[in-house]
Amino acid sequence: MSVAISSPAPARRTSPLLLLLRLRTLIALFLVLGFFSATAPNFLDLGTLVLLAKHVSINALLAIGMTFVVLTGGIDLSVGSIVGLAGMVAGGLIDRGVPLHVWHITLFPDVPVVIAIALAVGVLVGAINGVLVTWLSVAPFIATLGTLYVARGTALLVSNGETFPNLVGRPQFHNTGFPIMGAGTVLGIPVSVILLVVVGAIAAYVAARTPFGRRVYAVGGNERAALLSGVPVERVKLFVYMISGACAALAGLIVASELVASHPASGETFELNAIAATVLGGTSLVGGRGTIWGTIIGAFVIGILADGLVMLGVSSFWQMVIKGLVIIAAVVLDQLQRRMQRRMAIQAQAG
Amino acid sequence: MSAPALAAADAAILRAEQVSKVYPGTTALHAVDFSVRRGAVNVLLGENGAGKSTLMKILAGAEQPSSGHLFLDGTEVSFTSVNDAAAQGIGIIFQELNLCPNLSVAENIFLGHPTVRFGIDIDTASHAERTRALMRRLEHAIDPHALVGDLRIAQQQIVEIAKALARDVRILIMDEPTSALSATEVEILFRVIGELKAADVAIVYISHRLEELVRIGDTVTVLRDGRLQATAEMRDVDIPWLIAQMVGTMAAPAIEPPPSLQADPLLHIKAVSLRNPHGGFYVDRVSLQVAAGEVVGLYGLLGAGRSELFEVLIGAQPDAQGSVLLDGTELLGLPIAARIRRGVALVPEDRQREGLVQCLSVSDNLSLASLWRFLRGPEIDAARERDAVVRMIRDLLIKVSSPDVEVTALSGGNQQKVVIGKALLTRPKLLLLDEPGRGIDVGAKAEVFRTMRNLAREGLGVMFATSDLKEVFAVADRIVVMAGGRITGDFARADATEERLVAAANQGAAAAAGVAR
Repeated sequence: MSVAISSPAPARRTSPLLLLLRLRTLIALFLVLGFFSATAPNFLDLGTLVLLAKHVSINALLAIGMTFVVLTGGIDLSVGSIVGLAGMVAGGLIDRGVPLHVWHITLFPDVPVVIAIALAVGVLVGAINGVLVTWLSVAPFIATLGTLYVARGTALLVSNGETFPNLVGRPQFHNTGFPIMGAGTVLGIPVSVILLVVVGAIAAYVAARTPFGRRVYAVGGNERAALLSGVPVERVKLFVYMISGACAALAGLIVASELVASHPASGETFELNAIAATVLGGTSLVGGRGTIWGTIIGAFVIGILADGLVMLGVSSFWQMVIKGLVIIAAVVLDQLQRRMQRRMAIQAQAG
Repeated sequence: MSAPALAAADAAILRAEQVSKVYPGTTALHAVDFSVRRGAVNVLLGENGAGKSTLMKILAGAEQPSSGHLFLDGTEVSFTSVNDAAAQGIGIIFQELNLCPNLSVAENIFLGHPTVRFGIDIDTASHAERTRALMRRLEHAIDPHALVGDLRIAQQQIVEIAKALARDVRILIMDEPTSALSATEVEILFRVIGELKAADVAIVYISHRLEELVRIGDTVTVLRDGRLQATAEMRDVDIPWLIAQMVGTMAAPAIEPPPSLQADPLLHIKAVSLRNPHGGFYVDRVSLQVAAGEVVGLYGLLGAGRSELFEVLIGAQPDAQGSVLLDGTELLGLPIAARIRRGVALVPEDRQREGLVQCLSVSDNLSLASLWRFLRGPEIDAARERDAVVRMIRDLLIKVSSPDVEVTALSGGNQQKVVIGKALLTRPKLLLLDEPGRGIDVGAKAEVFRTMRNLAREGLGVMFATSDLKEVFAVADRIVVMAGGRITGDFARADATEERLVAAANQGAAAAAGVAR
């Protein structure tokens, strides 16, 4: 006869394999770091790492905005074009100003105003995406594919396809200082990296701790259930595209500031890198699952891979192949984890 | 064995012996015997959760029994899939339509078994011709090339029936085939059933509409709580007997003093209507009052408009007309969030589709509708949220090791309690529950109903929709019957009898079908 032991529901056993799967992005980060520090000379130098963080910051900012969109089950293909458009808007305002023909004068706004206007343009494109996706029921892929072209075309129209060079501003117009965003440092840390840290921290806080963040997850997890629980689904979706637009515009400003010039074609295919970082960071493209921290780590994995392979002298063709394989592996592992969790849940229920 | 029973056994084309089906956590069928007689309409009857659909799925090969045997023409068989059973002449018409809306009528009908020329070329001309012949037989002028998505639900139901007939079936299982049909369409269906019977096809017929069953049934098998309750020849029995077998003896409802009705009702619905896309009404000039402290059971058959009425009340149907007053304030026109803040909460019918966010934890699901209660500045106060969540888990006896477990890891009954807990955390004045007992085991059901009574005692107005007579008698102070979008009966529990409820629920059905045409 067996002895009956009345025990409470068994504590959730987490198998070591599942834990490994869950932490896979972090493990991948340490793997690439370890690999390149062993193979590439001076990889772990402070200087190299700072430069690396600077390279990563642009993609990471885009990916943070992308993560909010993907968490709701959407996608934003327009971010690369917003990078170009925001840069062109800023470049135009600094280089040519706002000509007011009526009074025969040209207005040159201060750099903070320039930055605010460029960000507003990004938010506006995001709002257009949001309206298309919600009230006009256009599939996110198509809506943002459309704005991808429209924003890119607009960026080209701003200067008729030309580059705005030498965006240092003129002291007599009080519009100097734009290069600080991309090239400046505070205590040796690049301004763009500081921006990434600030934006990343705010985004992680919003996603994890605020009602808006919780609603983003709920909309992506089950839109109908969220709606019936009083979540303003359409407003949530509108906001995530606006956030993504703002992040993209910020990235665009950094790119233009770094180059001290704005080129209408800059940011092409950036959207793909942002999606890659998001997926690599464990965000499910179906929506509802993922974290901002995961995305930032994902962006670093991609960035380290890119910089490290360059330092090792691997051809750019091979770099592309390797990047693609890493992304596929990430999604395969994600599915494995999902399947394992489901199996364990069923076991827990049956037992 | 008596002589008639022997004869019945001889006529049986398909027989299930001692069939059981066990799911994790619940046993859907306990050692059930069922035999399907050739050239007859074999009625399968039972309340929701009695095991009808499980038995039906086993007969059609969609599920495999945990134990027991199936005999087809006297030889033991086991079906691995629906296609396997279909190959042996068993057809099934599921209650949920299984059609591809993007394909044409003919394409749908021949989807699984196309006629091909030279092994690859689909013979569309012969498909269209045979579809036309099937439609003539079903007396419907549906164009074989029309897209199924463009058809009305009733026409889609006809296509579903044609799809089953297109294969030469010897046994045809029909699950609630008339739920979407109008009175005339039902007559046509019955004529087709008559023809099939004459052609020696065995029909297994499942429906909640008792009048229908008595009319066309030859034998009846009643299931209750997963067990075989009774088998009889239809000519020997009547509706009261069927109800008695189906419902069984009820636990005497706890006697409670009737709630002291206030002068002003908590909820006052005035002439609320909601149109359906076919020119009829989902909800047709419904007027109703609910007092604080009262439990109102909303009884009705499938498609009676109960879920739609609830959706109007919570705000998921912005096109509704009329007036809904909660404590004197008008609700119509307000968004869902505003109604929740004013004290309406809904526990939807379909837990998986409408109640839970599967990828979130138990805690996140519970607090989703009441996040405004836990705000501290811009953020959610994690401690206060945790506090409320833990208390709700304790109050509702939700069995879970930690609030952070993903909600899908819970059993059906506990998932249902999470959805109810989510509604209660909004501190509602009016709680709407749509089929709260569906798909959960008997013990969990009892707990859910006890909770509903307790909430009413605490002063909430509780309204729940059900198509289960036992449930409605066990919990409700007052029973309102809906049929065809209208209210067709309003009884105090003392005045309500099963016959009166069933009569009221069927009364409007025919009328509604007329409206829908």
